Amino acid sequence: MHPILKLVAQRLALGCLLLLAASVLIFIGTQILPGDVAAAILGQGATEQALTNMRADLGLDRPAITRYFEWLFNALQGDLGVALSNGRDIADSISGRMGNTLFLASVAAMISVPLSIFLGLLAVRYRDRWPDKLISAVTLTSISLPEFLLGYVIMFVFSVKLGWFNSVSNINDGMSFWEKLNAVALPATVLTMVVLAHMMRMTRAAILNVMQSAYVETAELKGLRRFTIIARHAMPNAIAPIVNVVMINLAYLVVGVVVIEVVFVYPGMGQYLVDHVSKRDVPVVQACGLIFATIYIGLNLLADIISILSNPRLRHPK
Amino acid sequence: MNDQLRYYLARATAGKMDRRAFMGKAAALGVASTAATGLLTSAVHAQGPRRGGHMSVGLQGGESTNSKDPATYASQVPFMYGRIAGETLLNINTAGELEGAAADEWSATADAMTWSFKIRSGMQFHNGQPVTAEDVAQTLRRHSNEDSQSGALGIMRGIASISVNGDTVVLTTETPNADLPYLMADYHLIIQPNGGMDDPAGAVMSGPYRWVEDEPGVRHTFERFDGYWNDGVAHFDTIEILVINDATARNSALQSGQIQLANRVPPSVAGLLARAPGVAVESTAGRGHYVFIMHANTAPFDNNDLRMALKHAIDREDMVDRILRGYGSVGNDMPINSAYPLFDASIPQRTYDPDQARFYFERSGHSGPVDLRVADGAFPGAVDAAQLFKESAAAAGIDLNIIREPDDGYWSEVWNVKPFCASYWGGRPVQDQMYSTAYLSTADWNDTRFFNPHFDDLLLQARGELNNERRKALYSEMGLLVRDEGGLICPMFNDFIDAHNGDVAGWVANPNGEMMNGFAPVHMWSAA
Repeated sequence: MHPILKLVAQRLALGCLLLLAASVLIFIGTQILPGDVAAAILGQGATEQALTNMRADLGLDRPAITRYFEWLFNALQGDLGVALSNGRDIADSISGRMGNTLFLASVAAMISVPLSIFLGLLAVRYRDRWPDKLISAVTLTSISLPEFLLGYVIMFVFSVKLGWFNSVSNINDGMSFWEKLNAVALPATVLTMVVLAHMMRMTRAAILNVMQSAYVETAELKGLRRFTIIARHAMPNAIAPIVNVVMINLAYLVVGVVVIEVVFVYPGMGQYLVDHVSKRDVPVVQACGLIFATIYIGLNLLADIISILSNPRLRHPK
Repeated sequence: MNDQLRYYLARATAGKMDRRAFMGKAAALGVASTAATGLLTSAVHAQGPRRGGHMSVGLQGGESTNSKDPATYASQVPFMYGRIAGETLLNINTAGELEGAAADEWSATADAMTWSFKIRSGMQFHNGQPVTAEDVAQTLRRHSNEDSQSGALGIMRGIASISVNGDTVVLTTETPNADLPYLMADYHLIIQPNGGMDDPAGAVMSGPYRWVEDEPGVRHTFERFDGYWNDGVAHFDTIEILVINDATARNSALQSGQIQLANRVPPSVAGLLARAPGVAVESTAGRGHYVFIMHANTAPFDNNDLRMALKHAIDREDMVDRILRGYGSVGNDMPINSAYPLFDASIPQRTYDPDQARFYFERSGHSGPVDLRVADGAFPGAVDAAQLFKESAAAAGIDLNIIREPDDGYWSEVWNVKPFCASYWGGRPVQDQMYSTAYLSTADWNDTRFFNPHFDDLLLQARGELNNERRKALYSEMGLLVRDEGGLICPMFNDFIDAHNGDVAGWVANPNGEMMNGFAPVHMWSAA
């Protein structure tokens, strides 16, 4: 068996174990939180009678272990169940929300990943001169500001003052692709600004590291253009750390954008998860948690594979 | 108003000049934009409702866990979609009087124990099926069933039987109840086919609009239902509710014209928002109040001297100024204010008095700090209000120890559990309902643990009393009992602060609830 296939198989098996562990942790977490779904739904207006009725209705009067294994058994068969809070089918609700989240994340990724790598290369090319300093200053400023503030500023300028874009990024099935793209313009811009610095700085550092090597000096002595040296000779050897950082940021774009979703009223997974955590709606929290964990594990696996493929020594082990 | 401005105004109301052009001309004549909006709004208002157009409402208070089942309504978005798509037996108008909705006549026997509601003829559900007295009776039965999880269960307890006689629904009560019809205006009691027994979360209701799209926590859309009986409402062709829980995002959407109506403007920005061109901020005095509640049966609060000390140690005016920014009025340690019918204005207002507070505190014999639990979610500005309370109490020698609790789980772990905490009440249409909900010894939500047999007697007497003079006297005595012996510290009554832009007209202040008691999109009309 090819070593890479073997590695992938190993990592996939490990990933499944991790998912199982994650589901146990999420379940325990929701049990530790004060209150339960009945108390959360009925809120301030809960009476003892209504609470008892609702708990019996939802099956919350049974032991936690029973409920967990019942959920696990169904989930393994692909049945995520229905939300306790409003009785909607979880798979149905999630698929729409997940699509929205992936749409926003991919728009932001399409802009931010090439841009950050290009800016990183540019920063190395003009190392310690003004373009390098300008790029670092701008990206570090935008990552240092809280994302909601960036969101408000951009919303104020481009929506309230200039009227170019909608401040509410609501998207729905009735919209065409371009309308959707227009709707997510502002949140995608903010997300790009948030993730840019991390990837740019890592690209810059990784390439600078390689630039110390003897073979780069050889390339210089051959008389190659400086940007060609960086892009053609230094970059391939710096791919492993860059890919790792890119994957971490991609995962963040999918699972960590709840603040942006709230500010721009974007119907993604983050807000959906938060609503259900505050209602203690365990099946939904489990389902979202598993999806998020899968994305994290999957992207990390992908990063590892790309690192190995980019390194001949790992690609052909002795 | 000069002739030129009057001319522009006439053209704008006639639709020959758009709103923005009018604002521009008015500005050129030196009229401030807010004044120009006001002029235009009142001119359009005078012209009367116009049919057609689309209304987008941005609301705080919606979650992806919301359901269409009226029994589960607990936040602002479900409250409003119930008003748009659903209908109750009766409504309460802006003057606090009852108005027919699904019932067009109602009456009581002389002992106020049997009430009849005649169902309006010719009404239909959104699927074309007629609305019958049986549907209404089934609705009331579902919400009063002990097994139900309805938010209206508490108020339905006193109803002994529900029966149907032709086109009339007859209710009998266990004790006389002169205010029973007010209970029928509760927003949970939306009429559904067979009372929602078959499909509680179904989309079929009988209100002025029918459901089109329903994405909980995101948006809900509606189109006008042509079979609705009342032509005087439902001017917009379509209505859209956008769930915008973030206040800044809501205000931006209003300013950029994406929505025409927004709820819950934070008091701290209401003044600024009102200055934005084309935006009108509407502040309505209501019955909701922010409170600090003590369990009157739990040490150390079982000592009335300590309760009185704390009641004198709070600076109500300061809180109205700083927490509500003036959008509200001072409370008097009872849950009732002048917005209620039969309110006794002669009850003296309690004020901040450190000397009195010190006197009562020393007489109580209590020593050491007093724990007060608070969370931001208790009411907007609750943590700041607790700090102000701590300062004003310190001046009277009382040491308040503020314990900050998380929002999450506050209503299940702190409120109605811990002996001294911050909370809020939304107010009720009549005094009886407010007192029965939270101050009667047997009330489900007796969150001040107020057990006073004399008070209970007075409440039952007042409930069956059809003479308003005698009723008012009884309520006055009850108010004084709560004020001087209860566990309630009520520093302020909060106004509802909503906002709309100049594209819509027809706003009327309604003290029964925010957003014209939820009816704003149904009663307003397009002025764009």
